[in-house]
Amino acid sequence: MSIDEHSVLGHQLHGPTDPAADAHWQVHKSRKGFFTDTSICIGCKACEVACKEWNRNPRDGDLELTGWSYDNTQALGASTWRHVAFIEQDRERIEEARESGRQLVSLGMPTVGPPAKTPEAATDSAIAAGADTSAPDTPEFRWLMASDVCKHCTHAGCLDVCPTGALFRTEFSTVVVQPDVCNGCGTCVAGCPFGVIQRRSDGTVEPTTGRGEQKGQQPEVEKKGIAQKCTLCYDRLLDDETPACAKTCPTTSIKYGDHTDLVDIARDRVAQLHEQGLTEARLYGANELDGVGGTGAMFLLLDEPQVYGLPPDPRVPTADLPVMAKRAGMAVAGMVTAAAIAFLGAR
Amino acid sequence: MTTSAFDQFRPPEPERPGRRFGKLRRKKRPGPGRTDGSAEMLMVPDVEFESYYGHNIVKPPPWEWPVAAYLFLGGVAGGSGLLGFGAQLTGRAVLRRNARLGAMAAASVGGVALIADLGRPERFYNMFRTLKLTSPMSIGSWILGAFSAGTGVAVASEVDRLLGDRLPLGPLRKVLRAVEAPAGAEAALFAGPLAVYTAVLLSDTANPTWNGAHRDLPFVFVSSASLASGGLAMVTTPTRETGPARALAVMGVIGDIAAMKYMEHRMDPVAAEPLHHGTPGQLLRWSERLAVAGGLGALLGGRHRAVAAASGLALLTVSAFTRFGVFEAGLHSAKDPRYTVEPQLRRLAERRAAGITDDSITTAAPHWPSHS
Repeated sequence: MSIDEHSVLGHQLHGPTDPAADAHWQVHKSRKGFFTDTSICIGCKACEVACKEWNRNPRDGDLELTGWSYDNTQALGASTWRHVAFIEQDRERIEEARESGRQLVSLGMPTVGPPAKTPEAATDSAIAAGADTSAPDTPEFRWLMASDVCKHCTHAGCLDVCPTGALFRTEFSTVVVQPDVCNGCGTCVAGCPFGVIQRRSDGTVEPTTGRGEQKGQQPEVEKKGIAQKCTLCYDRLLDDETPACAKTCPTTSIKYGDHTDLVDIARDRVAQLHEQGLTEARLYGANELDGVGGTGAMFLLLDEPQVYGLPPDPRVPTADLPVMAKRAGMAVAGMVTAAAIAFLGAR
Repeated sequence: MTTSAFDQFRPPEPERPGRRFGKLRRKKRPGPGRTDGSAEMLMVPDVEFESYYGHNIVKPPPWEWPVAAYLFLGGVAGGSGLLGFGAQLTGRAVLRRNARLGAMAAASVGGVALIADLGRPERFYNMFRTLKLTSPMSIGSWILGAFSAGTGVAVASEVDRLLGDRLPLGPLRKVLRAVEAPAGAEAALFAGPLAVYTAVLLSDTANPTWNGAHRDLPFVFVSSASLASGGLAMVTTPTRETGPARALAVMGVIGDIAAMKYMEHRMDPVAAEPLHHGTPGQLLRWSERLAVAGGLGALLGGRHRAVAAASGLALLTVSAFTRFGVFEAGLHSAKDPRYTVEPQLRRLAERRAAGITDDSITTAAPHWPSHS
């Protein structure tokens, strides 16, 4: 086969890569991302609020109470670009999570340990971390809180399948929708393996503030009918500002920065928690060999990903596009042959 | 379970539906937001994974029935394009005219359905803003455009002939007659791709059922297109010219049933489940029954006008049921986390069992060697 099966005309479909270079950016910027350390999240939802305010996102849903612990937001969506999940667990679940995390270690793959640390630094961090992690949890009960966000995948399903070019790869290797181009076809919604992007259908953009407006009366929704998701605050990044959610996070659970630095921080943090016996700690998204080529937004989780509503083995659908194209070609050949036989045989 | 010494003074609380404490660990439960009737389709026994309050992980696309209708109409158009071209080459004037008209009508109505389903229909032309090889929707838009262009020219000439050369064409009539045959050929070139691309469009998504069918759905869709276009010709055209249409329809029936069985056989059993249950399951079961009836009708009674027309209608229904069934099954599979999580956990475990341990998204000690 003359064409590399990983690519279509030079566009790489899966595997490790530098996404901005793959998108032919001439401007060189380092890849930006989030590392969301859920072990120090306190569930304050300041990230949700800051995101809504900065991006002027309308209300999502009818504000009904779900009974899902403190989570009434439910999921990421067109108007919710940060979502804090709340999970209540008992001793049995904590032990299961600790065991499943331990099994990840014993898979044998990670011979690459954390970078060597000076003894005093290790002690310092252990002390700091000890104060952090033990306080809110008891062995009887724990509360998992995790702020979810768009993963800004290395190989983004939404971006690959977008027919108009409305979704694009920025110079920071993030994935952003151009709202003036999107025609709301909805393909990206199906293309996202994480269920992040959504077409905006309803909501309100701001509370009533003007004279003569009635209480509860809301202005017209902006960007209705258009696919919307986290932009990693592209507008703020262009001005060297931190994204709104990371800027507002009071516990530094949401860390923003250069992707390579964040991977190191994440790796250190997992090692630190494991040293304390908290083997339930694991990273999500910090592996460039995974099904989406690694994610720009990474997470430290304290249980299996599906517990948080994250897919356990996501795979960018476009990775299989060469197979699909081949099978479609065969099917067309079969159809044309059938038609030819039909006419030749009927003579 | 007591978490604080003061809890004993609390009044007893009623158990709320979303609460998950202690031994009351339910594996999967429909969220309170599920009011669309999909809850009744939870046809599976309790499963062994912990979901986030039963909320779906991947999202169903915001597509409604017009998209499913387009899947059907696009197939009818594609198959009719091939039949029209065959008739053009073999001098079957009525079949050629009717197939072209059918192709144009199906492509036009289908195109309108697609535009109607957009979030911003007034921006439909942005589909032609770029040609993007990784986007089946982009490729498909160009295929539909190219097919409609050729078919439109051929149809203009047919309509002119139908009206006894009364279209006000003047000297352009000669040009139109001259480009008619090449236009029919150009349309035929894009007919097969038009019939098949919707399969890739559905499969190139994170949707558990559609993606799980990605290897074999193209064969189902071209077969469905063949039997539907053959069926349409059997309805519209006298039997003396529909021999090839009947043959194509019969081959389409065989292909449709075989490809569907093979596809379901090769899919992850959980991802294939929505194809068997609820409304999609009923549609697909009736599709198969009617396919057998319509195929036998075409094969045995195809020379009888009434039988041919009835069989043709049955075959058109078969194709519509297949498309709506596959479409609805996919939407359903995106509304329950089970269809996302279980096949993924299974394939992850299979890879680990095969000794591949470096490609999980979840890692205890991550590595990112090449770009750090």
